[in-house]
Amino acid sequence: MAIATAISDEGAVDLRDRADVSRQIKLVVVFGLVVALLVWFALTIENSTVLYTLGERISKETPAKEVNGQALAWGAVAVAVVALLLAAVNKVPRGGLGILVFVLVGLAFFTGFLVWNYADQDLGRPLAMVNPLPGTMRLATPLVFGALAGCLCERAGVINIAIEGQLLMGAFFASVASSAFYSAEMGLLGGIAAGVAMAWMLGIFALRYQVNQVVLGVVLIAFASGLTAFMLSQIPDDYKQYFNEPLVLERIAVPVLSDIPILGGPLFNQTLLVYLMYVAVFLVTFLLFETKWGLRVRAVGEHPMAADTVGIKVNRVRWQAVLFGGVFAGLGGAYFTVGSTGSFDNDASAGNGFIALAAVIMGRWHPIGATFAALFFGFTWTLQAQLQVLDKIPGELLRASPYLATIIAVAGFVGRVRPPAADGVPYVKS
Amino acid sequence: MSEHRKGPSDGAEPPDQASGSNKEQWTDLQQEAKAKLETGRAGDDPDPNADGESADLRSPITWLPTVVETLVAVALALVIGAVLIALSERKVIEAMPYIFSYPQDFFRESWDAISSSYAALVKGAIGSGSAIGTTVERSAPLICAGLGVSLAFRAGLFNIGAQGQLIIGAMLAGYVGFSWDLPAGIHLLAAFTAALLGGAAWGAISGVLKAQTGAHEVITTIMLNFLAGSVLLYALSKEAFQREGSDNRLSPPANESARFADVVGNTHWGVILAFLAAIVVWWLLERSTLGFEIRAVGANPDAARTAGMSVPKIYTLAMLIAGLLAGLAATMSVLGRGDSLSPTMAGTIGFDAITVALLGRATPLGTVLAGLLFGALAVGGVAMQASAASTPKELTQVLQALIVLFVAAPAFVRGITRMRAQGSDSALMAKGW
Repeated sequence: MAIATAISDEGAVDLRDRADVSRQIKLVVVFGLVVALLVWFALTIENSTVLYTLGERISKETPAKEVNGQALAWGAVAVAVVALLLAAVNKVPRGGLGILVFVLVGLAFFTGFLVWNYADQDLGRPLAMVNPLPGTMRLATPLVFGALAGCLCERAGVINIAIEGQLLMGAFFASVASSAFYSAEMGLLGGIAAGVAMAWMLGIFALRYQVNQVVLGVVLIAFASGLTAFMLSQIPDDYKQYFNEPLVLERIAVPVLSDIPILGGPLFNQTLLVYLMYVAVFLVTFLLFETKWGLRVRAVGEHPMAADTVGIKVNRVRWQAVLFGGVFAGLGGAYFTVGSTGSFDNDASAGNGFIALAAVIMGRWHPIGATFAALFFGFTWTLQAQLQVLDKIPGELLRASPYLATIIAVAGFVGRVRPPAADGVPYVKS
Repeated sequence: MSEHRKGPSDGAEPPDQASGSNKEQWTDLQQEAKAKLETGRAGDDPDPNADGESADLRSPITWLPTVVETLVAVALALVIGAVLIALSERKVIEAMPYIFSYPQDFFRESWDAISSSYAALVKGAIGSGSAIGTTVERSAPLICAGLGVSLAFRAGLFNIGAQGQLIIGAMLAGYVGFSWDLPAGIHLLAAFTAALLGGAAWGAISGVLKAQTGAHEVITTIMLNFLAGSVLLYALSKEAFQREGSDNRLSPPANESARFADVVGNTHWGVILAFLAAIVVWWLLERSTLGFEIRAVGANPDAARTAGMSVPKIYTLAMLIAGLLAGLAATMSVLGRGDSLSPTMAGTIGFDAITVALLGRATPLGTVLAGLLFGALAVGGVAMQASAASTPKELTQVLQALIVLFVAAPAFVRGITRMRAQGSDSALMAKGW
C-alpha cells in the first residue's frame, strides 16, 4: 500500500511537470507568434499617422484625432516582448495576475493589428479606428441571453440544444406583441412568453416523457423554424401593422455613468434589453452559486440521486431551471426584432443560438465564462465588420476569422471540458 | 481481479503501462469487456422488447416504439398540421365568428382546406411515377448526410457539421466538374472523388481535434459549418469559380462529362449510390471490426479503452467517414441534378440530416426510411403550396419536427391515446454530451 502511494505520488509529480512544460512551450509559441506578427505590422507601416476616434463613428461629438501609428505599434511590440521573456523563463504567473498578462498581450496585439489595418489607407475619405465596444455589446446581447438559458438548463441536468429555437420564437412573438400593443416593452414580454413556452415544451418532453434531449433540441429548432416561417407567411399584408411592424426599443442613457470616456457610451447608453442583460448575468451567477436554490440546481445536475436522497424534488428543481432559462432565451430572441432591426424575418436568429451553445461549452457551463465567450464573439464580429471596408485583409477571410479563432481557442486553450455529470440523463425515482 | 479494478481507477497509472505480470490479466479483462460488448450484436433488427442493456450498444438511441406507436405519432402530427391548415385558411377564419349559429360552415370549410391540402401533399410526393422519382431524388442527399450523422452518433459523437462537410465536398466536386477537361467516365470519377475527399477532410478536422485536444465536437463542427460557408463565399468571389463574363456569386454547372447518367426520368445513378451507401454503412457498423469498435466507443469509451481499442483513432475515423458520407450527399446535387455552386446551394440539407438520423434512430435502415419520408414531405410540400388551398410549404417542416418529436416520445403518444405500454420502456439514452 505504501509503495503504491509512493508510486502514484511520483506519477503525479511527473504529470504536473509535464503539464508545466507543455504550458511553457504553448505560451512561448503563442507569445512568439504575437511578437513576430507585431514586429511585421510595425515594420510594414509606412505613413505613421493614423486617425482614431473614441466613438462608434466619426461625428461632431467624437471627432477623429491623429496618433502616431508606428509608435503605437512598437509599444505593442514592447509589451509582447516582455510577455515572451516571462514565458521563456517560465515566470508567467498563474491566476489573476496571469490573466492580466494575457489581457495585456491581447490588447497589445489588438492595437498593433488595428493600427496596421488602418495605416496607409487611401479610400478618398477619412477612416478612423473606432471604438469596438458598442458593436461588441450589441452583437453579444442575444448570445449572452441564450448562453444564460443554456447554463441554467444544463446546470440542472437538462441538455438545451434548442436555444436557437427559443431565440426564433422569442423574436417572432416579441415582434407580434410589440406591434399589437404598440409598445416595445410589451414586445419584451411577448418574447419572454414565447421563450418560456418553448422551455415548457422542452421541459414536458424532456422531464415528463423522458425524450432523448439531444433529439428533442434538434427537433425543437426545426419546429420553431418551421412554425415561425409558417406563421409569418400567414400574416396578410393588410394586417401587417398589427403583427409584424414592431416598435423598437429606445436607447436610454444612464446619467453620470454614460459620460465615462470610452466605456460609458457603449455600456450605459443602450436599450433596456442590454441593461436587463447585465442584471441577468449577475442574477444567474448569484442564484446559481450563492443561494440554496442554486445549490439544489447544481446538485440535481451533478448527482440527482444524492439530491433526491436528501429530499430535493429533482424534477421540480429541473422544471424551475428550465422555465427560468426560457425567460432569458425569450429576451435574447426579442433582440432580433424589438431590440434591433424591427420586423421579423425568416430565420431571424441566423445561427446565433448555435453560437450561444458554443459559448456555454466554451465558458465551461459557468454563466460568467459563457458571457465572456459571448462577448468574444461579439467582439470578433464587430471587428470583422469594421475591417471589411479596408483593403488589408480579404473580406471573406475576415468573415471566417471569428470561427477560426474559436476553433483555435477551443482546441488550444479550452481543451477538454467537463459538463455537469447528469446532463441529459432523465431522473427516474426507483 | 480486485487489484486490476484498482488499476484504472486510481488514475495515476494508465492501463497501457501496467507491468509485465499484469498483462495476461489485462487480456482477460479485454476479453471480458469484449464478451460484454458482443451481447449487443445479437440481431440486426431492433427488437422492441430488448432490454435496455443489450439495446444500448446497438444504437445510442434506444427509444424503440412499436409500429403502432409510430403510426399514431405520425397521425398525431397530421392532426396538429390539420389544425394549422384550417387556421391558415381565410374562409375558415371568416366562418369563425358565427361558429355557433352556423357550425356546418366552419367545419365544411375546414374539411375542404385540410383534405385538399393533404391530398395535394400525398399526390405531389407519391402520386405518379415522376413524383416518386423526384421524391427519391430529393431523399438521396438526406440519406447520405443522415448516414454520416448516424455513424458519428454510434461513435458517441454529435456531428452537427454535415452542412459544412457537404459544402466543401460540393465546392471541390463543382470545381473539378466545370474546370477540368477529362473524358466522360474519368471526369465523373475525379469529381466524385474530390467531393468525398473534401467532405472527409473537413469532417476529419473535428475528429482529430477531438482526439488530440479534447475540443468538443459540437463547437468545432458548428464553427466549421460557418467556416465552410465563408470558404465557399471566398471561392465564389474568385474568377475561377464564376461563370464567364459574370460577376455573380454563381458558378457554372458541372460539365456533362462529370454528371451521373439518368436511370429513369430525372432520377440519376447517384441515387442508387445513396442506397448502396446505406448497405455499406450497415455492413461497416454491424459486421466489421471497425464498426464494432465504433459502437463500443460510442457505448462506453472507458470500457473500449480498457478493451484495448484506441479511442482517439475511432473518433478520427468516425468523423472522417461521416464527412465522406456528407461529401457523397454533395455529389447528388452537383453531379446529379447539375446544380451550380451558390452561397445558398446547400440549403438546410446538413441540418435536416441530423433530424433524419435521429428519426432513423441512427441505424442505416432507419435513416433510409426517414430520409424517404422527409424527401416525400419536402416534394409534397411544394405541391401543397401550389394547390387550391395554397398551404405554405413551411407546414411540412412543422410536420417533420412533430413526427420526430412524437416518435421520440412513446410515453407521450401512449398518454394521449391511453395505449398500454408494451414491454419494457427503455426510452432513455443515458448519455449527455
